[in-house]
Amino acid sequence: MRLSSKHLTLIVMAALIAAAPFFFPSGYYFRVGALIFVNALAVTGIVILTGYAGQISLGHAGFAGIGGYACALAPVHLGLHPALAVVLGAVISAVLAFLVGRPILRLKGYYLGVASLGFGILVAMVLNNERGLTKGPDGIEVPDLGLRAVLKGWGLDLSNGEFWYAFTGICLVIGAWIALNLFNSPTGRALRALHGSEVAAGTVGIDVARVKLQAFVISAVYASVAGSLTALQNKFITPDIAGFMHSVEMVTMAVLGGVGSVPGAILGAGILTLLPQVLTVFAEYEQLILGLVMMLVMIFLREGLVPSILRKFRGRGE
Amino acid sequence: MIKTLTTTVPAALIALGLASTAQAEIKIGASISATGPAAFLGDPEAKTLEMLVEELNAKGGINGEQVELVLYDDGGDANKARTFATRLIEDDEVQAIIGGTTTGASMSILAVAEDAEVPFISLAGAIDIIQPVKPNTFKTPHTDRMACQKIFEDMKKQNITKIGLISGTDGFGASMQAQCKDVVGEYGIEIVADETYDPKDADMTAQLTKIRNAAGVQAVLNPGFGQGPSIVTRNYKQLAIDLPLYQSHGVASDGFIELAGKDAAEGVRLPGTALLVAELLADGDAQKPVVSAYKAAYEAKYKTPVSTFGGYAHDGFALLVDAITRAGSSEPAAIREALEGVKGLAGTTGIYTMTAEDHLGLDLTAFRMLEIKDGDWTIVE
Repeated sequence: MRLSSKHLTLIVMAALIAAAPFFFPSGYYFRVGALIFVNALAVTGIVILTGYAGQISLGHAGFAGIGGYACALAPVHLGLHPALAVVLGAVISAVLAFLVGRPILRLKGYYLGVASLGFGILVAMVLNNERGLTKGPDGIEVPDLGLRAVLKGWGLDLSNGEFWYAFTGICLVIGAWIALNLFNSPTGRALRALHGSEVAAGTVGIDVARVKLQAFVISAVYASVAGSLTALQNKFITPDIAGFMHSVEMVTMAVLGGVGSVPGAILGAGILTLLPQVLTVFAEYEQLILGLVMMLVMIFLREGLVPSILRKFRGRGE
Repeated sequence: MIKTLTTTVPAALIALGLASTAQAEIKIGASISATGPAAFLGDPEAKTLEMLVEELNAKGGINGEQVELVLYDDGGDANKARTFATRLIEDDEVQAIIGGTTTGASMSILAVAEDAEVPFISLAGAIDIIQPVKPNTFKTPHTDRMACQKIFEDMKKQNITKIGLISGTDGFGASMQAQCKDVVGEYGIEIVADETYDPKDADMTAQLTKIRNAAGVQAVLNPGFGQGPSIVTRNYKQLAIDLPLYQSHGVASDGFIELAGKDAAEGVRLPGTALLVAELLADGDAQKPVVSAYKAAYEAKYKTPVSTFGGYAHDGFALLVDAITRAGSSEPAAIREALEGVKGLAGTTGIYTMTAEDHLGLDLTAFRMLEIKDGDWTIVE
C-alpha cells in the first residue's frame, strides 16, 4: 500500500512530536514546544484562509483574544467547564467572522484585510477598556483545565510542561489533519480555484463569496482555539493576545514557512517562536534579524521555506 | 520536507542549549520589559540589576560566592514572561527570580515560580500580586492604594473634605482611580466630581472646567501617568483654578516639571520616594546613605538620572542579597524563609519589614509628601 502525502505528513509530524522529548535537556523545552504547537495551530488557520483561498486577514489576533477571554470569563460568569469555554469561544469567533466576512467577502480584492484589521483592533480595545469584565490591561486569571488532574487519577502523572506539550501537540496534529483533508475536499478545490482566478472560478459554478466566507470562518475558529489553548496553558491572559502585532506575527509565520502548505506553517511557527529564544543574547537586534530573515525569504524563496525547498528536492530527483 | 524538519529541529535544539552553559555559584534570574511599551520602566530596572551584580561581585559576592545574573527581556508580554520564567527555573536553574515589570508579566511569572517553589520578587504595582499572600511571591513597589492613602492623609491635615478626581484611562490611571475611590471614605473625604481623559488627549480643559464648577470642590487629584498629568497641570494653570492640585507617584520625576513647565507646576503636591529627593533627606535618615550611593553609582555609570523604577529593582536585589546572606544558603526554600524575615532593611523605595502575612513590607512612611517650589522638589511633612 502506498501512503498518500497527506498521511505521510501527519505520520512524520506525530513522530517528530513524540520523539523530540527524548532530546530535551530540561523541562523548559516542553514549554517552547507547546508554544510552537499553539502558534502553528493558529497559523494553520491562516494557511486555509491565505494559502488556499488567497484572502488576507490582519485581525486574526482578535479571534485568539475571543478564544482566550472565553476561557477566562465563561467559567467564572457562566459556570461553564473550561473545555466547554473553548467551544463557546470558537462559536462566538465563528459567528463574528461570519458577520464581518459576509458583506466584505462579496467584494473582490483585499477588503478583508482592512475589515479584519479594524475588527482585531476593536476586540483589543474592548478587552483593554471593559475593566469591569476583563480587568483591563493588567490581565485576568484563567481557571485550570483540570485534564491533568484527571490523567493523574488514571495513573498518568505528567508535569505541567509535559502535559501541555502533549496536549497542544495532539491538538496540532488534529488541526493539521483537518486542514489537509480540506485541501483535497471539494471545498478545498473550490478555494484553490478562486485563489487562481475569482472570475474563472465563478464561471465554473463556484459560489465565490460563500466559499471565501467558509474559509474565513474556519480560520477564525483555528485562531480562537489557539487563543484558548494559550490562555489555559498560561492560566493568565492579557489583552496583548488580541494586539495588532500578534495578527502580523501569525501572517509572518505563515509567509515564512510557505503560506500554501501546512508543514510550512508549522515550520514557520517553529522558527519564529524559537528565534527570540535563541537570540536572547542579541535581544536588542532581535527585530533586525527577524526582518532580515523575512526579507531574504521573500527575495530568494518566494513561496516560503517548505514549498521552495520541496521543489528543489523534487527537481533534483527527476 | 522530512529532511528539512529532521535537520532543523535538532539544530535549533542545539542552539537553544548553547545559549545557557555558564557556571556560577549563586544564580539569580530576571525577566524584565527592557524593550516594548513598558521600556521606560524596564530599561532602568535592567541597567540597575546589571550594575548591582557587577558591584557585588567586585566586592567578593555573597558569603564569598559569586553571583550570576541571567537576564531576559520579555517586552512586557505576559506570554513571553511565562516562557522566560520557565526557562529560568527549568533550564538555567536559578535560585530566585526578580522581575515582571508589568502587572501582567508578574502574574505570569508568579504562577510558574509558585509551582516550582522558587522565590520571586515582583517589580509591578498591583496589589493582586501579593494579596492574597502566596508563599514564594514578594514585591518591592508600594501599591496604588498606599499612594491614595498618603494623598488623602495630607488632604485631611488641611481640612479638605470635597475633591475632584481627573484620571487617565490607561492601566495606571484606572487602577489608581479605583483604589482611591475605594479608600476615600475612610478619610471623611467626598469625591464630588469624577472625570477621565484618554492618555493621548492633548487638552483637558473641558474636564477641568466641569470639576471647577462642581459644588464645594476644595482640591483636585490626578491619578495618571506619562504626559497626561503634565497637560492637566498646564490646563489647570491656564484656567487659573485656585485650588490645591495633587498628582500621583506616577509622575514623580524631574521630567514632569519640565513637561508641565515651572510656572504651572508650582505648588503641585505628590507622594514620591526618597530617591527623588536624595539631597534633601535629613542626615539621620536611614534611607539617605542607600539612596545617595545608588544615585551616585547609577548616574556615574549610565549618565542618565535615576528613576523610581530602577529603585524598585535595586530594592528587589538588596532584599535577595540580604536574605541569602542571612540564610547562609542559596537554596530557594532557605531564601524564601529568609525573605519573610527581612527586618528594617532600608531601600530606595522605603524601609522593608516582611512577615509571613506581609510580602510587601512597606507602610505609608515609604512615601514622602513632596511639593514643587521654584521648579524643584521640597519635602512637606
